[in-house]
Amino acid sequence: MILSLDADFLCTGASGVRYSRAFASRRRLEGESSPLNRLYAVESDATNTGSRADHRLPMKASEIEAFARAVASRVGVGGVGAANAPQAAQHWIDPLVRDLQASKGKSLVIAGDGQPAIVHALAHAMNDVLGNVGATVTYTQTAEVQPMDQRAALKQLVDDMNADKVALLVAMGGNPVYSAPVDLKFSDAMQRVAMRVHLGLYEDETAAFSHWHVTETHYLEAWSDVRADDGTVTIIQPLIAPLYDGKSAHEVMAALSGAEKPGYDLVRAYWMSPGAASGTGTIAAPPRAPAPTPAPAGNAPASAPPPRPGAVAAPAAAAPSAASATPQFDRQWHQWLHDGVVPNTAFAPKTVAIRAAFASQVTPRGAAQGLEAVFRPDPTIHDGRFTNNAWLQELPKSLTKLTWDNAALISPGTADRLRLISGDVVELKQGGRTLRIPVWLAPGQAPDTLTLHLGYGRTRAGRAGNNTGFNVNALRTFDAQDILQGVELNKTGETYQLACTQDHWSLEGRNLVRVATKTQYDADPKFAEKMEEGEARKPLTMYWQPYPYTGYAWGMTIDQNVCTGCNSCVVACVAENNVPVVGKPQVMNGREMHWLRVDRYYTGDIENPGTYHQPMPCQQCENASCEVVCPVAATSHSDEGLNDMVYNRCVGTRYCSNNCPYKVRRFNFLLYQDWDTQSLWPMRNPDVTVRSRGVMEKCTYCVQRISQARIAAKLEDRQIRDGDILTACQAACPTDAIVFGNINDPGSQVAKLKSSPRNYALLAELNNRPRTTYLALVRNPNIELEPPQAATDGEGRG
Amino acid sequence: MTKPQLPLQAPPDAGSAAAARETLLSRTPDVIAPGHTFGSVTDKISGIVLTHRTPIGWFMGFAIAFMFLMILNITIVKLLFTGIGIWGNNIPVGWAFDIINFVWWIGIGHAGTLISAILLLFRQQWRTSINRFAEAMTLFAVACAAMFPLLHTGRPWLAAYWLFPYPNTMQLWPQFRSPLIWDVFAVSTYFTVSLLFWFTGLIPDLATLRDSAQAKWAQRIFGVLSLGWRGSAQHWQRYETIYLLLAGLSTPLVLSVHTVVSFDFAVSEIPGWHATFFPPYFVAGAIYSGFAMVMTLAVPMRAAFHLEDLITMRHIHNMTKIMLATGMIVAYAYVNEAFYAWYSGSLYEQFMFTNRATGPYGPFYWMLIAINACMIQLFWFRKVRDNVVLLFILSLLVNVGMWLERFVIIVVSLHRDFLPSSWDMYEPTVWDFGMFTGTIGLFLSLFFLFVRLLPAISIFEVRTLVPAAKVKTTSGTEHLL
Amino acid sequence: MPQIFRRSANTLSKVSIFGLLSLVGGLIVLAIVLARSSYVTRQEIFVEQPLQFSHMHHVTDDGIDCRYCHTSVETSSFAGIPPTKTCMNCHAVLFANASFLEPVRASFRDNKPLHWTRVHDLPDFVYFNHSIHIKKGVGCETCHGRVDQMPLIYQQHSLLMEWCIDCHKNPAPNLRPRSEITTMGYRPAVDQSILGPQLMTEYNVNPPISCSTCHR
Repeated sequence: MILSLDADFLCTGASGVRYSRAFASRRRLEGESSPLNRLYAVESDATNTGSRADHRLPMKASEIEAFARAVASRVGVGGVGAANAPQAAQHWIDPLVRDLQASKGKSLVIAGDGQPAIVHALAHAMNDVLGNVGATVTYTQTAEVQPMDQRAALKQLVDDMNADKVALLVAMGGNPVYSAPVDLKFSDAMQRVAMRVHLGLYEDETAAFSHWHVTETHYLEAWSDVRADDGTVTIIQPLIAPLYDGKSAHEVMAALSGAEKPGYDLVRAYWMSPGAASGTGTIAAPPRAPAPTPAPAGNAPASAPPPRPGAVAAPAAAAPSAASATPQFDRQWHQWLHDGVVPNTAFAPKTVAIRAAFASQVTPRGAAQGLEAVFRPDPTIHDGRFTNNAWLQELPKSLTKLTWDNAALISPGTADRLRLISGDVVELKQGGRTLRIPVWLAPGQAPDTLTLHLGYGRTRAGRAGNNTGFNVNALRTFDAQDILQGVELNKTGETYQLACTQDHWSLEGRNLVRVATKTQYDADPKFAEKMEEGEARKPLTMYWQPYPYTGYAWGMTIDQNVCTGCNSCVVACVAENNVPVVGKPQVMNGREMHWLRVDRYYTGDIENPGTYHQPMPCQQCENASCEVVCPVAATSHSDEGLNDMVYNRCVGTRYCSNNCPYKVRRFNFLLYQDWDTQSLWPMRNPDVTVRSRGVMEKCTYCVQRISQARIAAKLEDRQIRDGDILTACQAACPTDAIVFGNINDPGSQVAKLKSSPRNYALLAELNNRPRTTYLALVRNPNIELEPPQAATDGEGRG
Repeated sequence: MTKPQLPLQAPPDAGSAAAARETLLSRTPDVIAPGHTFGSVTDKISGIVLTHRTPIGWFMGFAIAFMFLMILNITIVKLLFTGIGIWGNNIPVGWAFDIINFVWWIGIGHAGTLISAILLLFRQQWRTSINRFAEAMTLFAVACAAMFPLLHTGRPWLAAYWLFPYPNTMQLWPQFRSPLIWDVFAVSTYFTVSLLFWFTGLIPDLATLRDSAQAKWAQRIFGVLSLGWRGSAQHWQRYETIYLLLAGLSTPLVLSVHTVVSFDFAVSEIPGWHATFFPPYFVAGAIYSGFAMVMTLAVPMRAAFHLEDLITMRHIHNMTKIMLATGMIVAYAYVNEAFYAWYSGSLYEQFMFTNRATGPYGPFYWMLIAINACMIQLFWFRKVRDNVVLLFILSLLVNVGMWLERFVIIVVSLHRDFLPSSWDMYEPTVWDFGMFTGTIGLFLSLFFLFVRLLPAISIFEVRTLVPAAKVKTTSGTEHLL
Repeated sequence: MPQIFRRSANTLSKVSIFGLLSLVGGLIVLAIVLARSSYVTRQEIFVEQPLQFSHMHHVTDDGIDCRYCHTSVETSSFAGIPPTKTCMNCHAVLFANASFLEPVRASFRDNKPLHWTRVHDLPDFVYFNHSIHIKKGVGCETCHGRVDQMPLIYQQHSLLMEWCIDCHKNPAPNLRPRSEITTMGYRPAVDQSILGPQLMTEYNVNPPISCSTCHR
């Protein structure tokens, strides 16, 4: 049982993948039957986590503290005192608390990154009281080698620069000129520094204010090391020699310390030294004449990159000489590189004790009236580091399906009250600063809350990233980097066109996403079949004897119960199959090229809707409607059940796309591929044809991977084993929602899943016989909050 | 002409039936104005071609049409160099103006073939004044239409030959289950047969022009084109045989070509397309729009060249009546669609219908109903049928209505189908409009050239209507030559 | 009335009508024939190479096996063109000063690969895999011809899709035991009509004809 306090733990943050996997493991209904988990989410904006919650409440970010206090006091955390939950949550509190107490040792309270410290403290305290520590929650030392308050350090740097205490500033990574809080006036302070050096992937806004820009290597071009959350160390290995003669941060630091060495030597030397695993290793580099000590904060990056290990030249311990590479170390080193992890580096659990009555030392903040804004990293381009990544710009954000821009997300009720519609440009004012930004109506958004996504409105992002979106840092002050209260909104009367890939969010009463509660599922596991449109019929066929698929028969299931709607599968498919980026104007015209898309549907109350994600690849129909109508046989059926797409034969009549009821076929209306930019040539997968204009393309079940596996199996005189082929989307999915395999193999995972009672085909009544089927959603609501219904209708939530 | 049995005078019987018939016949306009002889017919029609002074109106009209033809050239070149993306098509609306225009033009062409072939087999005399230019209209309409199946493809330079069955190095044949291949055969057959039929019919008239022409170069050109026609009995006998054969070939084409075009939609599974009644619906619609286009051409032509005595009110009335009849069939089809949507019980069909009527493109649907179901009721009234100016305007509206019908069928069905996530809107671009008006320019350019350079009315066939053509036989009944 | 045309117009008209029809037919036939001509398929055309490597000399005279240079043919989709080092294995010693081999030595010296002109070049949208063909018993000479008799390498077959499909539909005539894959001038021990089906069963030869086999 999980309570999320404004925490999008499934998708945001460093551990999203790990948490998604863990969450999904208790959402499967096949295989070992472990009881379903239950997720309560209280959040200020609609997130993927909220969409998967069994119970969700939209609540202003500033009110969550009151909610947390209310729950904490009832659960038994000391020193909180009597606390009342906000009005909207009154009906929740008692069932929630009862559920928490019934799940002692099996529950989890998580606080979101944007919530103030008190909420995090309350969460820790609740976990403690509920007996979760040691069971679902483990405390360890932090992975950061020099843990510090990063925000305070940044402020200290600005103060030092303003006081002319800084002679040399080396900015390694990060983009403080763009993303530092606006009231720090970082660029002004920076210009007072005599010598400014920037190390970065791009000549970005910070580089513009620097004297020198050093091209940084991408992390896939450089040697480095990194810790996971639990402390496990992995050595970062490059895949390719630096394409643009870049230097890694380690190499720059070594050069600054007077002993320039290749990154490989630096990392190896560090790991040869004792104490490396605990973060106190050294690189044996005899220092030359003492260099001017760089200001300690001079190498603290402004925003949060992956924590850098102790590459700082710590004087102290006697370093072993560089020539002490023993054969034993060599073996160990190669084993680490082979395995991908350095063993026994995970942190040991620590025992911590909650300070008594901490809660009474913090004055509860009352929820302010009026609008408030929450700053969130953008769902696709994060905080601005990926603004120039065209794939991520074009990737529709999970809930809003916006591309290429950000907008101020606002709830439909609030918008109605303010007489705003999506696309209206408003002027937000706070503390004397203004921001002009269009609004976008987001069902599920908390009332009177505007979500402002970071990362947009950059001026020196690059070809793809310039002139996209609006720079919300204009409002983001040092004291309000997460929640900004007292925002004033004025309409400007202008409109701004936003590119959204899915305009219609309603299921229109169609049984595309089939949902039941756990109670209903237990009573009737085959509920999904019963929701078939029309009568359940035996599949019709025009052929006297349908084609016998005697060899491999490829099929796929998509378990909607574990899909979190993160859209990783979409990007994986784009990367694998050379899918082009079309740009904002073409997306506005409905011509985005994603072979796989994740549809998002809302049901129920628009202010707090049920949200469903449905990945939609080509369904590879056995009776494909597209194959019949192609005049040149550019799409035909393989003997393994694939619907083949032959780009070189396609003349582009688009009849196949017209006839596809799932609309998974995409057409190259223009020449979308960039033939000219040389840096894009190595990006493309040589195993997949690159398509020019005038041809239709679609998901092929990664036929290049199937071919590869088939040939490899034949070369070894064996059959393809289940799991030999992972389609790109399957490989990228953190929860294994997508399962691909040979349905003729009764032992394969996909065959087992297809025999699940939850299994259903989309639009089965059309007799297309799709090979991709879906597993219906089973929610696990608390019957106190949502009384059980007899009939399933796939609508509504608690 | 062959021997139609149309007594022009009723036997002098007593009784109200005969009297009613007399009244009817006296109210029916003549098929040709009285006072014409063989020579006057020939002179009048060939005079338009052989005159030394082209009317200034012709130049103005041709100039405007030619300008639009140049716009067509620009849009085609832009399309070939940049791609389908210059239009407003997207996913889900993969077909829009391109296929709407294709179906519209092909539909228009059907009237010419019906007049030439079916009315011939039914021995309708009144076809003779209008069949020549109607058949020309068919050819030009098919020429305009045939561009679209080629140019709407993403790679027309390949579609140009891959859609045809020929032994290639890939051991691949076209996929014959696709309605688009059926279209290829249907349209190419239609064009070929129509061309042959039209040209065959022209041969005697070209010979007439050859004989009447003064300038040597005109004589030579018409001479080559008339293939040595002498007008001998043997020639006429062969002529009659060929003409009947071609008429026999063309008749099924009237029904089959637009049936095949309707299969483009009926064979698919999209609600709004997947309907078995599309063939008769489309054929009726084609004839309806075709006659409207004939009317649109006939009325100005008649006025400009003073052909009211050859293209008489009889022709106008008959065309209007055919438009009314076929228009009613189309209106019946609309009612049927509503019935099918309800009777099928299919959620998707029902939504398709309500979306047409009340969705974002609803106004187009209602305009369509207003024209094709309501406005045509005006044709019941004789006063309307007598007013050629009004008929000209109404015929233009009919074609607008039929264009809108294809818009509603194609775009509105595609933009919202099974999965709501793929619903989107369609907006045409300036290139869409440019290409469409460009094809109108092509059509009109060709038609202006035709009117100026070739006999727009069938000289020898109209000559058979002249009173001198009637021959008395001993049995007392009258036959026409 | 006076005649507009001379008497010869009669003959001319008949000739021109039939001539026109024949011309159209002829053009179509010409197009179909041209598509299979060596102008299009590059069949049996000698290509310019940086230096003219003689397969005949190296295979027949020196007895070098195909796989010495084309090393990845049994394991990969591409057979591989050898790096200059392979040439220098011998030519560092043999003909070490021949001016004819200067490009090879220069390449080795400057670490710049030799730019060979591809002789067997399939279009980019065709994905051919050598290793599976070797595994299933298709010999090198079946597709590449008698390389051991080519002083200058040329493309023996048309490499048209129909040529590939023909074998995929009926592979038996083209199979040979795996031990004979690189043999030039192979003659089956038993009649191919017996050996072929036998090998098909033994090697489990079942070549797919679906489009995605080669086009993806």
